[in-house]
Amino acid sequence: MTGAMTVLRFHLRRDRMMLFWWIAGNVLLYYSQAVSTDGLYPTQADLDKAAAGMADNAAFIAMAGPARALDTLGGQVAWQASAFGAIVAALMSMFLVGRHTRAEEETGRDELIRAAAIGRHAPLAATALLVVIADALMGALISVSLISYGLPVGGSLALGLAAGLTGLVFGGVALVAAQLVESTRAAYGITGAVLGVAYALRAVGDVGNGALSWLSPIGWGQYLRPYADEQWWPLVLPVVAVVLLGCGAVALFDRRDIGSGVWPARPGPARGSLGSASALAWRLQRGSVIGWGVGLLLGGIAYGSIGDDVADLVGDSQFSKDVFASAGGSIVDSFYATAAVMLSLIGAGFAISSVQRLRGEESSGFAETLLATALPRWRWAVAHLVVTVAGTLVVVLAAGLGMGLGFAMVTGDGSAVLRLTGATAPYAVPVLLLATIAWLAYGIRSRWAAVGWLGLGFCFVVMMFGEVLQLPGWLMDVSPFRHLAQTPAEDFRVWPLLVLLVVTAAAAAAGMVAMRRRDVVSA
Amino acid sequence: MKGGTVGLMDIVIDIAGLVKRFGHATALDSLDLQVERGEVHGFLGPNGSGKSTTIRVLLGLLRADEGSVTLFGQDPWRDAAELHRRLAYVPGDVNLWPNLSGGEVIDLLGRLRGGLDEKRRALLIDRFELDPTKKARTYSKGNRQKVALVAALASDVELLILDEPTSGLDPLMEAVFTDCVDEFKDDGRSVLLSSHILAEVERLCDRVSIIRAGRTVESGTLADLRHLTRTSVSAELSQAPTGLDGLTGVHDLAVEGMRATFEVDTVHLGAALQALGRFGVRTLTSQPPTLEELFLRHYGEEVAS
Repeated sequence: MTGAMTVLRFHLRRDRMMLFWWIAGNVLLYYSQAVSTDGLYPTQADLDKAAAGMADNAAFIAMAGPARALDTLGGQVAWQASAFGAIVAALMSMFLVGRHTRAEEETGRDELIRAAAIGRHAPLAATALLVVIADALMGALISVSLISYGLPVGGSLALGLAAGLTGLVFGGVALVAAQLVESTRAAYGITGAVLGVAYALRAVGDVGNGALSWLSPIGWGQYLRPYADEQWWPLVLPVVAVVLLGCGAVALFDRRDIGSGVWPARPGPARGSLGSASALAWRLQRGSVIGWGVGLLLGGIAYGSIGDDVADLVGDSQFSKDVFASAGGSIVDSFYATAAVMLSLIGAGFAISSVQRLRGEESSGFAETLLATALPRWRWAVAHLVVTVAGTLVVVLAAGLGMGLGFAMVTGDGSAVLRLTGATAPYAVPVLLLATIAWLAYGIRSRWAAVGWLGLGFCFVVMMFGEVLQLPGWLMDVSPFRHLAQTPAEDFRVWPLLVLLVVTAAAAAAGMVAMRRRDVVSA
Repeated sequence: MKGGTVGLMDIVIDIAGLVKRFGHATALDSLDLQVERGEVHGFLGPNGSGKSTTIRVLLGLLRADEGSVTLFGQDPWRDAAELHRRLAYVPGDVNLWPNLSGGEVIDLLGRLRGGLDEKRRALLIDRFELDPTKKARTYSKGNRQKVALVAALASDVELLILDEPTSGLDPLMEAVFTDCVDEFKDDGRSVLLSSHILAEVERLCDRVSIIRAGRTVESGTLADLRHLTRTSVSAELSQAPTGLDGLTGVHDLAVEGMRATFEVDTVHLGAALQALGRFGVRTLTSQPPTLEELFLRHYGEEVAS
């Protein structure tokens, strides 16, 4: 263990910004639930009404968790935030562990550290301590922020403990996975699969008699019953799990060589079937297309499963009217118009990261190897951009399809599948425009590709806070989403869509001209 | 080769007065390079002298700011993809997609170049002792280099551009590499070999170009270049020599009884040997200048400063 503290200090130095964003983001997730619930249901009567509408909605329960004390502010916060907050904590722990164990071994940096005068277990101990510190800090700040908002102390403590301990359990899972396999990616895959199973077990358990939820670390946190007559003994479960996982990781670590896993890496094919730049681009991006597609399908189902209870859910406050009624039309339709834009903006995350892939391929030197073959530069770029465009359509349509499916399941209205998918489809165009901005910037200069994220951030701010902040109209109109008909709340209009398409195509062509004129840079 | 001059069609790479700037830094400052058909051309220079930049310009990855660059008589910036059918490139720092296997990468690069010779592919994998089923993330630097070398050598091309291709190979694999380049050249094809390993250049190259700070300082056959440098001579004579220090081109003379050692400019070697003859030569050893010495002559000043 000699040197563990030095290594830990080094980790904290490297990770300080990353830790800040993960922790601040998750604290904000909990805190914003309190603020927005307060805004949506300003009186006890509003809360009672909303609770009555939600408590027997099986889809909601499957998404979020058991409905307890929904007629209190605390109960609402716990219900809305506990499952997602636990997932955020779990992901943070997973990435911290992967980054400091497998990723370091894969790059060989780990050898540099291990060759110094430190103990064999020091890097492992430092990583474990780092995760403990991060999760403890996250849990504590969640509790403190909720107490400071005025929520009961006991429930706030339980909610913070649930998030921190669930995070820690998955940190332990990631630490074990990092001993089993040789690549960081595979270790994330294992941990992510365990997380998915944990979420699914709790969903099925919560809808049924609750027995299966006891098998899920996320369920353990929710069984603390925050703000609903807390029970503390389930705390034992994550603590025992963390100790067992930690001991298991050390035992596995002692049985393996540095750089290899307990399970040997699977060999790949000796002959390749990849024969073109397009095949390679699809191979490199397919995981991301599938991941984002499934994610947005589930997100769509979550929105759709609210069904036509929107009116109850939204309540009568002025704030909620501001949020949902800006699009006009019936409250249900304008809710789904907002949801469609919201999901499309999330889908833009895929589109922009897909364009950024070009930059990654270029700076890591992969592009140089390819462009030294008979592959023209434009065709290399087009191969990736085709995946970007097709993937964006898949992702946005998946969101619309999810909404339609969720809506149809809850209301029995089968026509909603087509209607909501169709209503979401046009938003793929402004999403593509955002991706094209990233492409144009990349075409001019490789490292400017990140400009796309600024465009997304701007559209997001305009949509969420434009009215509240009273931004000037011309500024808000810069967002391409503002120019489309707000389907399904408004009737579809073809002209704005065509104009956006022409602008997008022109920007894409300009990006290609610029990219073909500049130097290819490698690290 | 008609009339003693090299015909236009026999020049594979022709660079004259190439300038490349990155912002305010000038990477290439009027660089010249000519590679003829059928030769292995050594491209020598210290780190940061512009070898890789030159190669990237040749591949159409970077745009020349000034000067003329032709590859097979065409413009590598404009006709990049077309020209790349006729060449294969092995970068100095081979980066491969971590989740593809070596075999997949070889086949992909081969197909993008316009086809692989299946027999040669199998033979090369065997000779380089490469395991093509391993994922690229698990390859060492040397093994990544082997993947790129197999892909390059198995394609049917006229020109190999190799940027320090053996920096990660062990001596056995280096020997395999040397044999492969020899065989490639025997078919009348050309190689541009940027290297630090002087023994490798001496062994393989017909001509060399030495560059420094983005400028060509010397170019020619090894024999030409040697001519410009000194040969070291050590002789045992039957009588004590005198007057050797008066000879032109003789340096570092040391006379110890009947033994004389000195270095002489290779152009004056004949005169020096005649002078020795007057004292009755019993034994004589002379060493031609090594490439190391050539190299140090051009970079020695830099080391000193």
